[in-house]
Amino acid sequence: MTMSPAEIERDKASTRNAWALSTPALILLTFAACGPLFIMLVYSFLTKGQYGNVIGTFSLDGWRSILTSEDIFDPGVTVWADAHLSIFWRSVKLSVLTTILTLAIGFPTAWFIATRPPKSRPLWLFLITIPFWTNLLIRTVAIFEVIRNEGVINTLLIWASVISAPLQITYTDTAVFIGMVYVYLPLMVLPLFASIDRFDMRLIEAAHDLYASRMAVLRRVILPIVRPGVIAGSILVFVPSLGAVVTPRILGGGKNMMIGNFIELQFGQGRNWPLGAALSMTLLVIVTVALLFYVRVSSRENAHG
Amino acid sequence: MTNQNAVEARNVIKAFGQGTSAVRALDDVSVNIQRGEFFTLLGPSGCGKTTLLRLIAGFEMPSGGTILLEGTDITYLPPNQRPVNTVFQSYALFPHLSVAQNISFGLEMQGKPAAEVKARTDKMLALVQMEAMAGRKTSQLSGGQQQRVALARALAPQPKVLLLDEPLSALDYKLRKEMQIELKRLQHETGITFVFVTHDQEEALTMSDRVGVMSAGKLQQVGTPREIYTRPVNRFVASFIGETNFLPASVVPGGVKLGCGAVIAVEGLSGQGATTLTIRPEQVRLVDAAEAEAIPATVTNLVYFGTDTHCYLALPDGAEVVARLQSPSNGEVGLQQGQKVALRFVPGAAQVLAD
Repeated sequence: MTMSPAEIERDKASTRNAWALSTPALILLTFAACGPLFIMLVYSFLTKGQYGNVIGTFSLDGWRSILTSEDIFDPGVTVWADAHLSIFWRSVKLSVLTTILTLAIGFPTAWFIATRPPKSRPLWLFLITIPFWTNLLIRTVAIFEVIRNEGVINTLLIWASVISAPLQITYTDTAVFIGMVYVYLPLMVLPLFASIDRFDMRLIEAAHDLYASRMAVLRRVILPIVRPGVIAGSILVFVPSLGAVVTPRILGGGKNMMIGNFIELQFGQGRNWPLGAALSMTLLVIVTVALLFYVRVSSRENAHG
Repeated sequence: MTNQNAVEARNVIKAFGQGTSAVRALDDVSVNIQRGEFFTLLGPSGCGKTTLLRLIAGFEMPSGGTILLEGTDITYLPPNQRPVNTVFQSYALFPHLSVAQNISFGLEMQGKPAAEVKARTDKMLALVQMEAMAGRKTSQLSGGQQQRVALARALAPQPKVLLLDEPLSALDYKLRKEMQIELKRLQHETGITFVFVTHDQEEALTMSDRVGVMSAGKLQQVGTPREIYTRPVNRFVASFIGETNFLPASVVPGGVKLGCGAVIAVEGLSGQGATTLTIRPEQVRLVDAAEAEAIPATVTNLVYFGTDTHCYLALPDGAEVVARLQSPSNGEVGLQQGQKVALRFVPGAAQVLAD
């Protein structure tokens, strides 16, 4: 299709305008996002200082000590850093589980809200967002109160004679898992709701009319159409889960660390800034790879129909 | 000989809401729809015609009564177990699937072998002349094309009955006319029983083998288009199908007497006292005042409709009668407002209605 010179000129002008309008945001993002990242990248290749900080000489120690460490009894011999590996494994495992469970709980919730009369929908959405009004730390401590040995759950169960001794939930992976599902559930529900809200419910009748069972309606019609919401919700839950700091520290008690706590440790008591920087970069890579994989899989399925 | 009824509804009741606020969308409806016929449910919005269709499709369960499909009770079967398919008013095409995938959906859900699905889908694409669009997403189609896909999708599994819920209401006038002919062709070619819901009386008259006229949750009359037009059973049917004149009258020996004193011969009269006479505007003739049975009248208004001119006439007692006159080639019927004329009803055309 050919455009007249006037049209081309207008097209160019609108492109110029778009760039001009987004300049402030671009500048902010460049300095606030790329700047710190660049500093971290540089730090990860420097030597650690005695009292934290970094010394300006090149070193690969930061990167090397992500997966390996020196044998305590035999300096100079490198061995796999099992503790680090278990932290990575726990982080990925808990984040994936959190994403799956929030999806499993969030989907029916979002469906419920989207099928309420239009008048009451804002109220339900409002209820979902109430937890955001309170500080994350306070919400996590509240969860702690519920699941600790003398907490609500254990007291009730003992009172009802279901158990004789309190269940040890706090300071376990389960506690971190429960906490993260609670904290990130709204992030799953909101994008799912946005998708389901636009879903034309008459398609369910149409599919049902065309001999689809209830399961087939869900699998062949509903899920493919609300997939963008599932993807958005999963990303919004998975990414912060992987980098979670507050929840694993309070509910995991510092024993069951996740990557976020481990990084924090390097910049604090660990006094190993290059390792902390290298870990941060690693986290960034894990998240990016996971997202690329996820988006690719889902868009391929989409193209497939 | 197997059961000749494709669909049979027996004393079907459907109530919405509960207690005193309950509304009867269907109030004791019984109807037999014969195999292979084009049956239309006609009525104003809210008359229950769509509810009846949804009960046959299985989207709703009746509050009472029975629905049979070729003699089998399907009253409480879920929609996916009924060999009945629906063309929705909104089409409800699957936006994530292509045209061909939409059409093959029902066949796949029935678990048909892939080769059969492919062959049948191709056949359906050809039937609705959409072969060139097979790979398109449904959002890239025009309204008429979406309509064709919806038809092909519902016809592909070869249902015993095809239900059509006001499928033409979203189309513009010209396209609607085309699709009416197309629908008749499809029904003829496939031999499938069509149950068509519409509020458009012209559509119902031109397309149907039989029409069921509904109002206020009740089936008022079932018959061929000719029957319901020429022999409406009550005032509702007479006024909903086409235009008509209603005149208060009283029964006298041999006919009815109008307010102006004129006696109109009507056959098969029973009862006596006050009643209503109905006469279609095209059955009113302007005649010479000297002619027998001529009733004097005054022209009160003339409205030009192109092929016809509607002539509003006042009888001596003030009752109003509309006569539909064919417009001459120059468009002038040669009448003026206030002119004294005489009219008579075509013999046998006038009817007495039960209210």
